[in-house]
Amino acid sequence: MPTLTFRDALNQALREEMQRDEQVFLMGEEVGVYQGAYKVSRGLLEEFGPRRIVDTPIAELGFAGMGVGAAMAGLRPVIEFMTWNFALLALDQIVNAAAKLLYMSGGQFPIPIVFRGPNGAALQLGAQHSQAWESWLAHIPGLKVVAPGTPADAKGLLKAAIRDNNPVIVLEGEMLYNTKGEVPEGEHLVPIGVADVKRAGTDVTLVCHSKAVSTALKAADRLAEQDVQAEVLDLRSLRPMDEAAIVASVAKTNRCVVVEEGWPFCGIGAQVVDVIQRDAFDHLDAPVLRVTQADVPMPYNKFLERAAKPSPEAVVAAARRVLYRD
Amino acid sequence: MAPRLTSAPAAAKHDVALDLRKTMLRQMLLIRRFEEKAAEAYALGKIGGFCHLYIGQEAVAVGVIAALRSDDYVISSYREHGQALARGMSANALMAELHGKATGCSGGKGGSMHLFDATIGFLGGHGIVGGHLPLAAGVGFAIRYRGGDQVCACFFGDAAVNIGAFHEALNMSSVYKCPVIYVCENNRYGMGTAFERVAAVTDVAEHACSYDMAAELVNGMDVLDVYAATQRAVARARKHGHPTLLEVRTYRFMGHSMSDPTHGVYRTKEEVEEEKRRDPIVRLSEQLTGEGALDTAALEALDADVVAEVEASLRFAEESPDPQPGDLTTHVLAE
Repeated sequence: MPTLTFRDALNQALREEMQRDEQVFLMGEEVGVYQGAYKVSRGLLEEFGPRRIVDTPIAELGFAGMGVGAAMAGLRPVIEFMTWNFALLALDQIVNAAAKLLYMSGGQFPIPIVFRGPNGAALQLGAQHSQAWESWLAHIPGLKVVAPGTPADAKGLLKAAIRDNNPVIVLEGEMLYNTKGEVPEGEHLVPIGVADVKRAGTDVTLVCHSKAVSTALKAADRLAEQDVQAEVLDLRSLRPMDEAAIVASVAKTNRCVVVEEGWPFCGIGAQVVDVIQRDAFDHLDAPVLRVTQADVPMPYNKFLERAAKPSPEAVVAAARRVLYRD
Repeated sequence: MAPRLTSAPAAAKHDVALDLRKTMLRQMLLIRRFEEKAAEAYALGKIGGFCHLYIGQEAVAVGVIAALRSDDYVISSYREHGQALARGMSANALMAELHGKATGCSGGKGGSMHLFDATIGFLGGHGIVGGHLPLAAGVGFAIRYRGGDQVCACFFGDAAVNIGAFHEALNMSSVYKCPVIYVCENNRYGMGTAFERVAAVTDVAEHACSYDMAAELVNGMDVLDVYAATQRAVARARKHGHPTLLEVRTYRFMGHSMSDPTHGVYRTKEEVEEEKRRDPIVRLSEQLTGEGALDTAALEALDADVVAEVEASLRFAEESPDPQPGDLTTHVLAE
């Protein structure tokens, strides 16, 4: 199986789906001539031309809305945001148009659209460019939200998102673009709403998604050195969430730590904890703990920034606490 | 330089086929009588939520939509009962939707502000001021993407001109050659705020030059002027994909919504009465009677016919079932 970067896996998914379906087009800032701000669309303008690879002005609200309108008229747009931080300007179109038109129209207008782009903090980009938006987006009925943590899942989920008849939010960890992994060639689809055990274990479940998958896997390595076998459960999809997989894992390990890049208040982890207290209550041997970004705007200083981000050390510490080792 | 108010020459107006002019009159009357009945039903508590009436502005929807083909698209703001009827939505489906019934055009899930009918290319009913303008641009983009020659007519009020979505949509429509007719129904007030109090440029059509777009200033109280201007815009759009901004000067005879007064702190009773003398229905009626195409008896018969249709729609709505409890959770996601 070929080894690809996360960005090239996404590129492959876009290319394959555009080859497969003439109704699919890509629109966003710098996606064409510039080859993508993060090079996810590299080579696509050359292959598909400006009709299907559409450079836009810096007008997130406008081009997100154009995507929704094009979907109403039967196309399958892929809208790239240079980062999800800028997509905040387009939230009206995502929330009030894309997510609601099917329902408000009594089922007449499905909106098959993908909104995608980098999410989460990178390195020293400051508070306005270092945010994880998943809990905002996953809050909205009518949207699906996926957040892959590996190149293979990135390809499989993006392909599934493009074929889905609903608005699908694809959150691409900004720090993941250069990461590498084996990616199946050709028809590789990851079903939306299915979690994946990235590492099996018996002592504690680490629930995670996106970049936090690698944080959890590093923590699991260190825990193994302490004779703790952690199970790393990658949610992959946040809405719908694979609640059965969470419950099954916690039923096995009886302990759980939820790791995410977002802020703690009303975060994805809060939703996971709700699932556990409701459906795995009798399996728990300890309260569930959460590891998140610190509840502050992201600082610029690199030491402060490091302290604000969820780290393998913090996950190890939380795991030890739910195991009553500390 | 202020844009020129265009008006079709009198002779040209008579060139519009008599049958079409009679159809326009009937549509305007239907909208008027429908809205009056909706106001009654609202006052009785049979219609809930917000309800924004179109009385006074009938010539805009009717004139624009008369210039469209059946495979074109129409998208509108939340003041869209008139556009829906002009586009051919049945009074039954519309009245039932206002009553929240399962037989409504949106299955009772949309309400007054969210009317949809895919079978006639009616794309809503959108409740956020200006939010649907980018959607119209996207519809136009899709038309050109497929190599079609349809157009999309997009209705909005003057207040939408001050929101960013207006400017983003017009710019991109021009850049990508999206065949959209942007129809600004300038009724002079965004709710209770006079347009000139909050807009630096009060001739909406002037904005078009910022986006290299054709524009016309149109008398929205004359349905034939609206029709003629739209025909010109449609021709540009079909042939080259060029969008147009039509500023249609009109006036709403009622309050912003059923919850709001007709006049009061923001406009005088005298102003409203003065504007009512420019009633677009009276204007076309007088023209048709003046040339002997209709007499008083025929006008009365037409009105009676329209009233009967509206009365029937009210009965239909009242007798229709509510959605089933299970409908609560359908249509959240598509298959």
